[in-house]
Amino acid sequence: MPAVQETVERVKRIDVDQYRYGFETLIDSEKAPKGLSEEIVKFISQKKNEPAWMLQWRLEAYRRWLTMTEPTWARVDYPKIDFQDLYYYAAPKPKKTVTSLDEIDPEILKTYEKLGIPLREVAMLEGVEPKPGEQDPAQRKIAVDAVFDSVSVATTFKAELKKAGVIFMPISEAIREHPELVQKYLGSVVPTSDNFYATLNSAVFSDGSFVYVPPGVRCPMELSTYFRINERNTGQFERTLIIADKGSYVSYLEGCTAPQRDENQLHAAVVELVAHDDAEIKYSTVQNWYPGNSEGKGGIYNFVTKRGDCRGANSKISWTQVETGSAITWKYPSCILRGDNSRGEFYSIAISNGFQQVDSGTKMIHLGKNTSSRIISKGIAAGKSQNTYRGLVTAHRKATGARNFTACDSLLIGDKCGAHTVPYIEAKNSSATFEHEATTSKISEDVLFYCIQRGLSQEEAVGLVVNGFVKDVLQQLPMEFAVEAQKLISISLEGSVG
Amino acid sequence: MALLEVKDLKVRVEEREILHGLTLTVNEGEVHAIMGPNGSGKSTLSHVIAGKPGYEVTDGQILFRGEDLLEMDPDERAAKGVFLAFQYPVEIPGVATMTFLRTALNAQRKARGESEYSTPDFLKKVREVSKSLNIPQDMLKRGVNVGFSGGEKKRNEVLQMALFEPSLCILDEMDSGLDIDALRIAADGVNALRSPKRAMVVITHYQRLLNYIVPDFVHVMSRGRVVKSGGKDLALELEASGYTQFEDAA
Ligand SMILES: Nc1ncnc2c1ncn2[C@@H]1O[C@H](COP(=O)(O)OP(=O)(O)OP(=O)(O)O)[C@@H](O)[C@H]1O
Ligand SMILES: [Mg+2]
Repeated sequence: MPAVQETVERVKRIDVDQYRYGFETLIDSEKAPKGLSEEIVKFISQKKNEPAWMLQWRLEAYRRWLTMTEPTWARVDYPKIDFQDLYYYAAPKPKKTVTSLDEIDPEILKTYEKLGIPLREVAMLEGVEPKPGEQDPAQRKIAVDAVFDSVSVATTFKAELKKAGVIFMPISEAIREHPELVQKYLGSVVPTSDNFYATLNSAVFSDGSFVYVPPGVRCPMELSTYFRINERNTGQFERTLIIADKGSYVSYLEGCTAPQRDENQLHAAVVELVAHDDAEIKYSTVQNWYPGNSEGKGGIYNFVTKRGDCRGANSKISWTQVETGSAITWKYPSCILRGDNSRGEFYSIAISNGFQQVDSGTKMIHLGKNTSSRIISKGIAAGKSQNTYRGLVTAHRKATGARNFTACDSLLIGDKCGAHTVPYIEAKNSSATFEHEATTSKISEDVLFYCIQRGLSQEEAVGLVVNGFVKDVLQQLPMEFAVEAQKLISISLEGSVG
Repeated sequence: MALLEVKDLKVRVEEREILHGLTLTVNEGEVHAIMGPNGSGKSTLSHVIAGKPGYEVTDGQILFRGEDLLEMDPDERAAKGVFLAFQYPVEIPGVATMTFLRTALNAQRKARGESEYSTPDFLKKVREVSKSLNIPQDMLKRGVNVGFSGGEKKRNEVLQMALFEPSLCILDEMDSGLDIDALRIAADGVNALRSPKRAMVVITHYQRLLNYIVPDFVHVMSRGRVVKSGGKDLALELEASGYTQFEDAA
């Protein structure tokens, strides 16, 4: 049976009434009027019951933002954004309500099937609602727990994390419950004045995650599964803050391989990481936002500021990203290597197809002695897309013994796309050793034909070859996610050759 | 019905005609050798049968069990049992040989509506075949053909042939780059696959290979045509006198 039909069959066999939208749906129609002003910033802060210091912080960012202009140096091209024509606060909207998986676009189901995402999760990600009045809610709750237990799964995680002393909660809650931590760290890595989008985010951020791992604690689980289920409503101006105290370890996974659509075209997230002495943070991202249609219309603009501060000696921050979605990606997860012997890593797979434009890379700022960094970037451009790697590696005068290794490989599929490498290297002391390797190649027709002669379809062949190309980076992802990411890579390249 | 029928095939590459009306019939169970000087079009023929893009068939037909092969996508041809052991096998970095074998085998099985192999069954099969071809298990963990010696690459082709069990095997110069021992191992592997249900087309420059894989028919190709066909003795004759006698015929 073909996969699509099989999915549809399987979906039909499921009694969707057993499922409900497994987490909080805020059906709050309250929405601020369009545009941005001090009033709107106040409104947002009020809505979230924020303390006065937080409002003050937002307002300062807003006033700063008014003096700034949009950066234009990236190799991306898009119509000018009218910032007064956007909504900056809307309670998260529930998705269009459907009562059964039958009503979901078979194409989307097909994608889920290919990704191997279990249908119970599909039901949730797609927001399948139970038919009203069919079951009493209490009973339904029991059914939910028995079959798909997102709420209690989350609760179980929370209990376990609490036992370990790990704080993991929405940042809006952390602002109220742990103001001392938030005040100490928020904006300490990405200051409110950092860049146009980060400053905008500081003024209007909606929500995001807060993680604090106390000294000596190894976070008992990947902070991923939970998030994957609950990531839905974080909105367009996400704010994440992760602190690993001395000698602690945490691995955090953001994003979702499932296709994600959003009404909001502009996304401007900020992520700040702080690693103290001997601490390690591993941050992995899988980004699969809507890339726009086959004519290049629509799609998310993703302007992200992600930065990690290796504040303490021997600390380590490692970024791994798989970027497949968005119409425009503007994103440079970076490391400030402040502590002596600290280490920064950046592993990236950036895939662009259709009309997508990706300008992504990293910055490794070596400040401490004997700091080291490693950059492995794999860019894959297909269709009519443009894919740019932009990287900065600098060593400060005092950063003696700084070492960097950069390998930056691009693969072109077809001849209407482009890959570009823009490395900036700056060493202010003579003991720094920076190595840079870059390659650009076209996917080989002979290699594709070899695979196809052995029975693979054209698309399977491309998927296989590309997955081989990105293997070094895939290996950096948490196991379970690497498998999904691998499938996602094949799916995002569909229709790229033809 | 013949397994493969190539009828009056004319093929162009980049505006230049390479095959000028080639005819060849191969029945189940037969082994055909094709010999001929460099540039006579042997690889071109094998590529066109397998469906490699870039070749324009301007005239003629290729039938496989009576079906029009030229109408099929190359992966469809593979699933139907057409296998080409390449003269120059490519490298696929980052894709473990084992993964490749499994992906390909299951793709073919799926296309034929057969169930996928279970992991233990698959592993057992690979182990058996690779052992008989003297291919160490470690090699299968490496990227496809990456860092393989010339001989190892050719053995890897025979390994795939044995795994996929195609009904038509085209071997394009599988003897090139092989030392005597490797040649014998590879040839033994090929001979083990001889069966009344399977046909082979062996392209080679050297009579030596045909001592190991003894053909039923030998064809001489020159300038894009088959200019002479005969039994296995024709190869010996060629070895003695070379191709010049056929140049005029072409
Ligand atoms: N892609 C191509 N573009 C241009 N000419 C080509 C192409 N492929 C093959 N040819 C030409 O077609 C002719 C036949 O080539 P082919 O590779 O089929 O010969 P062959 O008999 O396999 O030779 P060899 O014994 O050296 O392997 C040669 O003259 C070759 O240069
Ligand atoms: Mg040849």
